[in-house]
Amino acid sequence: MRVDGKGLVHRDQSVSFKFDGQTYKGLAGDTLASALMANGVRLIGRSFKYHRPRGIMSDGPQDPNGLVELHRGDQITPNVRMTQQEIHAGIDARSQNHWGNLTWDVLELNDLMAPFLGAGFYYKTFMWPKAFWEKLYEPIIRRAAGLGSLSMAHNSDDYEKAFAFCDVLVIGSGPAGIMAALTAARSGADVILCEEDFRFGGRLNFESYDIDGQPGAAWAAARVEELSEMENVRLMRRTTVTGAYDGGTYAALERVAQHVSDPKGAPLETFWRIVAKGAVYAAGAMERPIAFRNNDRPGIMMASAIRGYLNRYGVAPGKRITLFGNNDDAFRSALDLQAAGLEVAAYIDSRPDAEIKGDFPIYKGARITGARGRMRVDGVTLRTAQDQEVWLTTDCVGMSGGWNPTVHLTCHMNGRPQWNEQLVAFIPTPGSVPGMEVAGAAGGTFSTKGCLKSGIFRAKTVLDAIGISAKTTPAPEAEDSATKISPLWVVPGKGRAWIDFQNDVTAKDVALAAQENFKSVEHMKRYTTQGMAPDQGKNSNINALAVLADVTGRSIPETGTTTYRPPYTPVSIAAMGAYAQGHGFAPQRLTTSHVASVKAGAPMIEAGLWYRPSYFPKAGEVTWRQSCDREVEMVRNHVGVCDVSTLGKIDIQGPDAGAFLDFVYINTFSTLKVGRVRYGVMLREDGHVMDDGTTARLGEHHFVMTTTTAAAGQVMRHLEFVHQCLCPDMDVRFISTTEQWAQFAVAGPKSRDLLNGLLDAPIDNDSFPFMGCGDVSVGEITARLFRISFSGEHAYEIAVPSRYGAALFDALCTAAKEQGGGPYGMEALNVLRIEKGFITHAEIHGRVTAFDIGMERMISGKKDCIGKTAAQRPGLLGDTREQLVGLKPAGAVKKMNAGAFLFSPNDEPTRTAQQGYSTSVGFSPTRGMLALGFLRNGRARHGETLKLVDHLRDLETLVEVCDPVFLDPEGTRARG
Amino acid sequence: MVELVARTPCEGLLPYEAGEAELSEIIPKRITSLAPFEDSTLLKPLKTALGVELPAPGQSVKAKDGRIVWTGQNQFFVLDAEVPALDAAVTDQSDAWAMVALGGAAAIDVMARICPLDCAHMTASQVARSLIGHMPAIIIRTKTGFEIMVFRAFAKTLVNEVSHVMDAVAARGALST
Repeated sequence: MRVDGKGLVHRDQSVSFKFDGQTYKGLAGDTLASALMANGVRLIGRSFKYHRPRGIMSDGPQDPNGLVELHRGDQITPNVRMTQQEIHAGIDARSQNHWGNLTWDVLELNDLMAPFLGAGFYYKTFMWPKAFWEKLYEPIIRRAAGLGSLSMAHNSDDYEKAFAFCDVLVIGSGPAGIMAALTAARSGADVILCEEDFRFGGRLNFESYDIDGQPGAAWAAARVEELSEMENVRLMRRTTVTGAYDGGTYAALERVAQHVSDPKGAPLETFWRIVAKGAVYAAGAMERPIAFRNNDRPGIMMASAIRGYLNRYGVAPGKRITLFGNNDDAFRSALDLQAAGLEVAAYIDSRPDAEIKGDFPIYKGARITGARGRMRVDGVTLRTAQDQEVWLTTDCVGMSGGWNPTVHLTCHMNGRPQWNEQLVAFIPTPGSVPGMEVAGAAGGTFSTKGCLKSGIFRAKTVLDAIGISAKTTPAPEAEDSATKISPLWVVPGKGRAWIDFQNDVTAKDVALAAQENFKSVEHMKRYTTQGMAPDQGKNSNINALAVLADVTGRSIPETGTTTYRPPYTPVSIAAMGAYAQGHGFAPQRLTTSHVASVKAGAPMIEAGLWYRPSYFPKAGEVTWRQSCDREVEMVRNHVGVCDVSTLGKIDIQGPDAGAFLDFVYINTFSTLKVGRVRYGVMLREDGHVMDDGTTARLGEHHFVMTTTTAAAGQVMRHLEFVHQCLCPDMDVRFISTTEQWAQFAVAGPKSRDLLNGLLDAPIDNDSFPFMGCGDVSVGEITARLFRISFSGEHAYEIAVPSRYGAALFDALCTAAKEQGGGPYGMEALNVLRIEKGFITHAEIHGRVTAFDIGMERMISGKKDCIGKTAAQRPGLLGDTREQLVGLKPAGAVKKMNAGAFLFSPNDEPTRTAQQGYSTSVGFSPTRGMLALGFLRNGRARHGETLKLVDHLRDLETLVEVCDPVFLDPEGTRARG
Repeated sequence: MVELVARTPCEGLLPYEAGEAELSEIIPKRITSLAPFEDSTLLKPLKTALGVELPAPGQSVKAKDGRIVWTGQNQFFVLDAEVPALDAAVTDQSDAWAMVALGGAAAIDVMARICPLDCAHMTASQVARSLIGHMPAIIIRTKTGFEIMVFRAFAKTLVNEVSHVMDAVAARGALST
């Protein structure tokens, strides 16, 4: 029901929306909660465990019951808080957590079973038989559990992430926040003011306070107007600061387009990381309920929410309202209702000495002992100070057990709040978050005047700390009443009194936890699930620990709180992971031949961030093996072209370049002649192989190192480390030139013929012998030519500046075609190198030494190098090592797998019996299945027959151990 | 003789405009990396040719026919200008980088979503090595916006990611509040 003349809603702007399929009308400025309340809708959801009917309880984001599902299809968003969600014409909200419809929920049966379903029920009941848990109990419980649903499809909504920076971050825009922001802004600081609501002003919008003779909401609007006109101020509404982290970093979630029907490409939410030199935390306080029998019935709300809906939205939550509190603040709801002409059925205060007066029934020293009604409260029983039972008819009850300062963010860096006897509340411990000051109700200052003053004072403290001189701002005039409260947590009596409304935890459950010796507050929480629902105990934590303290005979500060962790309110994973959907997960590095390769139908595979062609299918080829076999034969008999630009290239220059390379490689490079290339292996400091590749000498003081694709970054980092930390005196410089050059392997007996058809001047075996390098000219462009081979064939690698890469790849492919060749992909490249026994990171995987791969003789005795001494350690040499071998099928099964283990044929294939493993497998069109692997003392065991077992893919086969070089061991083909 | 056609890193991808932000490709005449050896007197020919000293860390300077940009410890990129014969580690990087200009009134809002730095407080000619999305980048503040350099192979991702953010910023601007 709307109340005339009240509220900050736009009376002239009607908005229609849907809830559970039915269309309603609300006003602009309404939330889903207020609009439904105005329409007389009380039942808005079902509780989590017992499926009890529930209504709206509070007017803030902490509401435990008002969760709905929005949107359809892959955009479904569950658990949207009705107390926060603005209505708009596109809203089609659905209530959650019922089987059948909201009014006739089948699972309300659980409520009748309540005596059997108390805390710990699952732990005790579903133990036997053991196998039933996974197969029967868990799936059934899981079906019944969970709040809301997901589409299980990829979410097509847009989300966003962003960074912001400021001098002073002000969290909350109530009286304290506004004064803090004004003080900081008028002093010239860069200010960000974050407000969770869509309207700045905090509690002032929900209260009837005057400030400087103006209604509080109007005063707030005027101050925010002033702030909005200042260039050094950034106002962020609909933005919840959700966490405080190291270095003045705060996380915040902005609801960007949840309030419009069509975002038109705008993100739904933005996840902000705000870096602030200082912060004022003015997050206010939250009222806590009182536990009495059936205190969860729809229509029973927080006392402050009752006046909140009236003042903010002009909605009366009931016609005959009862209020029940233990503090002076609760009484203000009665006064606001009366001033608006609404009927107050009674004001019930648990304090016999409460100083309150009003012309409606007032019961001092009395308590509500129970509520009646199922779908809606219709009456309460109360016990008076004279111990008489009184029955009251009422359709709405407001309860107030006092206020909890919102201490959450102050605890995010391990701070613990302190108990304050006078306020009956936990308040933040000063200095809990470096650089953050707490102002207003969040710090336990509850009067309006106190909040205004506290905002100014805390802002000054922050400004001082960051070296900005604060300009004096006077505090406006406002009420300054003291906090008067006497503790009341639970009204004793039979029946269930709710503590955690969202997870259905009652006062009895907390007592049961203590009885079963879960006496620590952290144990009680886990035993009862109290505080583990989406509201994270905002309504229940303090009440639960007070009950626990009572039943265990400890004080509240002794009992302590559970740990407040970020996020303060739920944050969509989609917002935190914004931009990372699909290809956004990792950037793509595309070679200059990418477009041509894709056009040729090559499936692209990922190599780190790079994309490389797997194979180039030709018409009629149905399987990848057909293409791969053809490409292998093409290289062996004619010529093939392959983009090898992804290999790391590091330009190394300086007078000490040769000496530097001698130190990082196991073999010597300082003696390499200009115009020559040498294969090198480098070790980590622990003596294991890090990477291998070729390095060419382009000039006296100028080398170009190539690394594997996978280790390009690691090698660059390693070189920097060695130079900066181990030999800073060496005059040497290096820089990556990977991206500068598009480099292509041209491999096969006809490779020179192909090149000579393209180069401006032909080459021969004298000008470019095996392992030679130098500049050539192609299309009048200077190119680098290296005669190196990863296939064992007569081969070259030609590099041109990347701008010409695409053109050169086309020209090479066209020329190859004329020679009976063409492009080849990674599959063929792999088979070609396995045939030759060349290693990749499948072999040098981080646990092998130069000895293991048969290269220990490459470690020069004439010089030191990284890893040299460590490589000589006991256990890294000798016949106990697993050494590189070749493997060939020896039995009926011709299949082999990489990653399978080697055993003696008669041994059981168990962990302790394993003697080695396979690393790479390929099918050679001429030699059949071939594999490389490591075998204990393998070099001495060529000719042995072993069992290869792949436990994961169910393969068991006999293999013969052989030399890892299957083809042309003398290397005559490459030199031809 | 074969004729090799040159392609720019962002060919066919730019320019792009959305709301109050523009993204366009910059094609420097050349990019030359420069790492001085220990003997700094060897750099004299550079000063003679370009008329300026090397910039301080985090800075770039205007030079004759171009700019010198600090790009890391003891490392500089000379943009556009030709580097004279020099006893220093000099490499051609002209083809290694995709370079774009992000301009318009919304450029700062776009940067706030793709770069973790406080870009709004960078001053003209300031340089930073940071990230654009997940890509290592060189970021230069100019009078009108930002210049961004990433590895050439990232060009497509750069354009996709920045233009996506530009669209979102424009759409947010157009939202009724």
